[in-house]
Amino acid sequence: MSDTKTFVYINRKAPYGSIYALESLEVVLIGAAFEQDVKLVFMDDGVFQLTNNQDPESIGMKNFSKTYAALGDYDVNQIYIDQQSLEQRGLSLDDLQALVYEDEDDDWAEKSSIHLVNREELSEIIESADVLLNF
Amino acid sequence: MSTLHTVNKSAFERNSLESCLSVCKANASVLLIEDAVVSALQNTTISEQISAAANTGVKFFALSEDLRARGLSDRRVMDEVTLVDYAGFVKLTTENDRVQNWL
Repeated sequence: MSDTKTFVYINRKAPYGSIYALESLEVVLIGAAFEQDVKLVFMDDGVFQLTNNQDPESIGMKNFSKTYAALGDYDVNQIYIDQQSLEQRGLSLDDLQALVYEDEDDDWAEKSSIHLVNREELSEIIESADVLLNF
Repeated sequence: MSTLHTVNKSAFERNSLESCLSVCKANASVLLIEDAVVSALQNTTISEQISAAANTGVKFFALSEDLRARGLSDRRVMDEVTLVDYAGFVKLTTENDRVQNWL
């Protein structure tokens, strides 16, 4: 099997209040081992998953937000943030982690994995999926 | 006689805060916990509803531990919302006659 499929993961929940955000991240990391084309979408409350300076020790949870920074090393470097969701929540890209990867086709230059998208672009991303996974 | 309302779901995703505010008395307190703390941020599509209720006398609180967990600093929280820690949560339950949990 050498077929590569496009996997699109749609993340729409805030972290810590439910298990969805952590489960999604774990599935993405497991899936990354199969060298597929992977796209992550963060929309609605999912944008809160990527906020800077998370510190859930005092509510007895593990800070898994640091793991997102490893995605680039697993060739997961197509990360799409819905602009409308950010605006509705009084947030901007500055409130989110900077996620980067090294581009092997460009002398390992460090590039941003994050792309700000509108709803029209999001619908194209969903259309591009062979497999859609929702969290 | 007063009621403490606790809300634990994001107002961007569920209508529990809206339902809460629709029945909330002016002397009530609303405590935002867990994912509901995201509803306390400034300049959102929700902030106007909170301001309006606060203007009628409803007191708003948010659990600081849940804000910190989500990387949301105190500075981002609306002026109408007072931050409390877990001890403050307990105190609120004792200061009110009953607790309504909008699960």
